[in-house]
Amino acid sequence: MAVTGLILIAFLLFHMYGNLKVFIGEEAFNHYAEWLKTDMLYPIFPKGGFIWCFRLVMLAALVLHMWSAITLWLRAKKANPDSYAVKKRLERTYSSSMMRWGGIILAGFLVFHLYQFTIAPRDPASPYNSVVTDFSQWYFVLFYALWLIAVCMHVRHGFWSAFATLGANTSEESHMVLNALAWIVALLIYIGFILPPVCILFGLIGA
Amino acid sequence: MSDTKINITLRIWRQPKATSPGKLVTYPVNGVSTDMSFLEMLDMLNEELTVKGEEPVAFDHDCREGICGMCGVVINGTPHGRGSSPVPTTTCQLHMRNFKDGDVITVEPWRARPFPIIKDLVVDRSAFDKIIQAGGYISVNTGAAPEAHAAPVPKIKADRSFDAATCIGCGACVAACPNSSGMLFTAAKITHLGLLPQGQPERYLRVKKMIGEHDALGFGGCQNLGECAAACPKSIPLDVISQLNRDLIKSMFKRDGKK
Repeated sequence: MAVTGLILIAFLLFHMYGNLKVFIGEEAFNHYAEWLKTDMLYPIFPKGGFIWCFRLVMLAALVLHMWSAITLWLRAKKANPDSYAVKKRLERTYSSSMMRWGGIILAGFLVFHLYQFTIAPRDPASPYNSVVTDFSQWYFVLFYALWLIAVCMHVRHGFWSAFATLGANTSEESHMVLNALAWIVALLIYIGFILPPVCILFGLIGA
Repeated sequence: MSDTKINITLRIWRQPKATSPGKLVTYPVNGVSTDMSFLEMLDMLNEELTVKGEEPVAFDHDCREGICGMCGVVINGTPHGRGSSPVPTTTCQLHMRNFKDGDVITVEPWRARPFPIIKDLVVDRSAFDKIIQAGGYISVNTGAAPEAHAAPVPKIKADRSFDAATCIGCGACVAACPNSSGMLFTAAKITHLGLLPQGQPERYLRVKKMIGEHDALGFGGCQNLGECAAACPKSIPLDVISQLNRDLIKSMFKRDGKK
């Protein structure tokens, strides 16, 4: 759960960094997209070879992450069959209580996201055009802004929890440090991902 | 101290035996002194019930000074009834001055499959004993106590070990956990024994055996939510769970961690 979660967070940061190339311009962005698809780690890998290894690792991380989550969920259901008539939340945050249902929502939107930009992009010849066309629509920007809230809530608890599971929560201070880092990563992901769509919507990019 | 009396309404989980269905039953209790402990208030209710010829409410208790770990019920949704107070407490050390006249108080047993209900508010916590039997001990020869200075212990480790050792095994961590995980209890024992020199020989085998037993008994897994530590009457910190995970990861690379 922890290891696969951290792999996925690392991917998100890498993905976010790549997206920001849209600010440099059409050529840079399309060239980067082309490099990802065909030239990454060429000539160690054949042209277009590494991307499939990369996708395979991502898929494996995602599947293992979901498998661990489902196992934990089923164990919890088995261990706690009768819920309390009255239950008060003392410590847990809203994001931590939304890890499971939130995870399902994320997985659902992920399918849509892959369909929108990878499987059936608006302009297969130019990723830049696809992105700019879609994010010129206010409802797509709003939709992604909301989806990202779910992503970042999941990352906020997940980041801290992953490090705690790996043994890094050694004291009250390290708890605070890990939680602060989790907030920074979550906010970074939010801002980094939402900047391009918002700038496209307001005509700062691609107009 | 002025003797203030309050009238309250209790909603108590009544279940005649393990196999029969239970339900919440409402009992008004009048003239409760605010100096009473929560258990004394239950004693008062039981006296009234006995006089009326009804079955008294069964609940666990022993020392009534917060050190034995015997008592424990979920009061208004929090184990031991700490509620929003910053002070951690056991049920026996919770006093009626924390409640107001006219309050409706819901009292339920610990709810977790590994802690089956025996009767009313009494649950069977022998699952914790089984976790201890699996590895929560050190093997030493009995006899004269060894010279205390023979095995130096750094103060920081002794303190941390002792903090973890204050766990009284009441089960509030399991009751508080939405996953019904017993990780805080298990981790407290791992930390208590694993930081002292006497605990070293069995350290990496212990963690594997204890967590293996914990999982086999049907406790849930940890999500690092923090509810357990918040409900703990002894303020066992959440970081003992990281200590357990650390030992568990290390045990995979240690020869003496092999079963």
